[in-house]
Amino acid sequence: MSAPATSDYNLDEEFAIKRSPIQRLQFTLHRYPWLSSLIVLLTVIVIFGLINERFLLPSTVSLMIQQTVIVGTLAIAQTLIILTAGIDLSIGAIMIFGQMLMANFAVYTTASNVLPIAGQNPWIAIILGILAATAAGAVNGFLIVRFNLPPFIVTLGTWSVFMGLTLILFKARTIQGPEMPEEMKLMGTRFPVGPFNLTLGVVVMFLLFLLFAWILKNTAWGTHVYAVGDDPVAAQLSGINTKRVLFSVYLVAGVVMGIAAWITIGRVGSASPNVDPMLNLQTITAVVIGGTSLFGGRGAVIGSLLGALIVNAVEMGLSLAGVDQAYRITAIGMLVILAVGIDQWIRKVKA
Amino acid sequence: MSAPTSTEPIVKGRGLVKRFGSVTGLNHADFDLFPGEVLAVIGDNGAGKSTLIKCFAGAHTPDEGEMWVQGEKVSFKSTHEARDHGVETVFQTLAVAPALDISANLYLGREIRKPGILGKVFRQLDKKRMKREAGEHLQDLGIMTVQNLSQAVETLSGGQRQAVSVARAAAFGSQVIILDEPTAALGVRESAKVLNLIQDLRDRGLSVILISHNMPQVFEVADRVHVQRLGHRSAVITPKTHSMNDAVAIMTGALNIPENEQTLTPVNAPA
Repeated sequence: MSAPATSDYNLDEEFAIKRSPIQRLQFTLHRYPWLSSLIVLLTVIVIFGLINERFLLPSTVSLMIQQTVIVGTLAIAQTLIILTAGIDLSIGAIMIFGQMLMANFAVYTTASNVLPIAGQNPWIAIILGILAATAAGAVNGFLIVRFNLPPFIVTLGTWSVFMGLTLILFKARTIQGPEMPEEMKLMGTRFPVGPFNLTLGVVVMFLLFLLFAWILKNTAWGTHVYAVGDDPVAAQLSGINTKRVLFSVYLVAGVVMGIAAWITIGRVGSASPNVDPMLNLQTITAVVIGGTSLFGGRGAVIGSLLGALIVNAVEMGLSLAGVDQAYRITAIGMLVILAVGIDQWIRKVKA
Repeated sequence: MSAPTSTEPIVKGRGLVKRFGSVTGLNHADFDLFPGEVLAVIGDNGAGKSTLIKCFAGAHTPDEGEMWVQGEKVSFKSTHEARDHGVETVFQTLAVAPALDISANLYLGREIRKPGILGKVFRQLDKKRMKREAGEHLQDLGIMTVQNLSQAVETLSGGQRQAVSVARAAAFGSQVIILDEPTAALGVRESAKVLNLIQDLRDRGLSVILISHNMPQVFEVADRVHVQRLGHRSAVITPKTHSMNDAVAIMTGALNIPENEQTLTPVNAPA
């Protein structure tokens, strides 16, 4: 019949097309989604360093990194979920639930409703807290996967549910640092690294970032997380069990939230149900500024670390420059919108 | 029902029925694909072309009827099962993850892990091997050069994406490739390349099912043409025995071809 195998299809002729410098920039940013946030972070550091030399003092930098630890760790969980085109509004509530459970299990208090089983070995309490957060993540995943409910609605609901459960089970009582065994506050342990002062929590956060960056890049599960967020129908037709991948993401996110709970106790020095109620939105801010797309399938977990650092650097820099808090919030808000705008532009890249 | 054949069909369906609520997608449809041929499936909108091939692709499970692949009776519950029987499908939507690169897309859902502890315990992917083999598959098909394999699929043109999907379908020792409207979204130049690719696949001994609306393309590449109408097989003709006008007339019901004038047996000996 026809002449064999002479298809002249070749990408090269297509790729020989000259790109303008702007297009080339767009193309590079598209390929490395965290690159724009790295540029922003460096710019922020240079600008604020020029404005106020105290910004670059090791003590300031140390504080900035330490302040990033709660939002940073939670942002790992949020990144995983946003990569699947989901969102988790309950992230702060689950973390608080986990830390209150840890604290109340470890400390014998008269106020709590879990009194009969309180006073546990602190390590058991910590593990129970992480397991509780994992279970909470699994509840989110189950509702989303089994009943096909939108993640926004499910986690909007569980946000309230876990907040309520925390108050019901553990009352509104803050468990103060001195009441708790040292193991509970382990993550707040400070130690010097060169001129800087870091905490164990910071180290764990960095390790978690490295771990998940590796997993997302080097395992089939990681590829599937991206594929499911990118185009769930295509992923399914390619033979990926999309429901299992989605559920596992919420479950794993729960584990990270549990670890974040322990880190938070160390950072704050006490276990309080009144930790920042905006944590969920702060993690979304970090993820978005870090270059991960809210539409799923694009981004990198390292970007979220940069995103969290950017937010803290801008806050710190503006406050050192004597800018009022109202203006600082405004600035962060504009940064988020700018980040999403840049993301939309980068996504339009075409060959 | 079917005339006696010299070769057994590689894919066979008898009396396939698929209902979607009150709508009947397939109404006792028969189907035969012979080894090494390009069989085009044409039909009006709603004639059940897509439903028919989705049964063989594993995306639908028929309510009634029987299917055979390579002589073995099958019942697919997922695209995975169809693949395991050597049936690969390039869906109209291409089923690619646009943000992932070419090599990740080629291996999507069947990634290769590293040997030893790294792969078994840490479940690390063998990216180098996947990239190398993806490059080999693509070059083998004469589609593209190796250096672009870490390119995200969304940065490719429509024809290139189609080529990646076809390469994926052809790469894994499959026997049958189903192509659903592969040229629908393409320009003339890119369509020609994809048609070339289809002929390449046949020349390699693969059997191809081609769903298309484009009559000239169908008559250019197909060995036989299965005309689907009202949910069943209305006739099977060849570009040699019948004209495009005949095909359209059968599609619309204006023409009925008696079974002895149809081509229910293979037209060319398999390679």
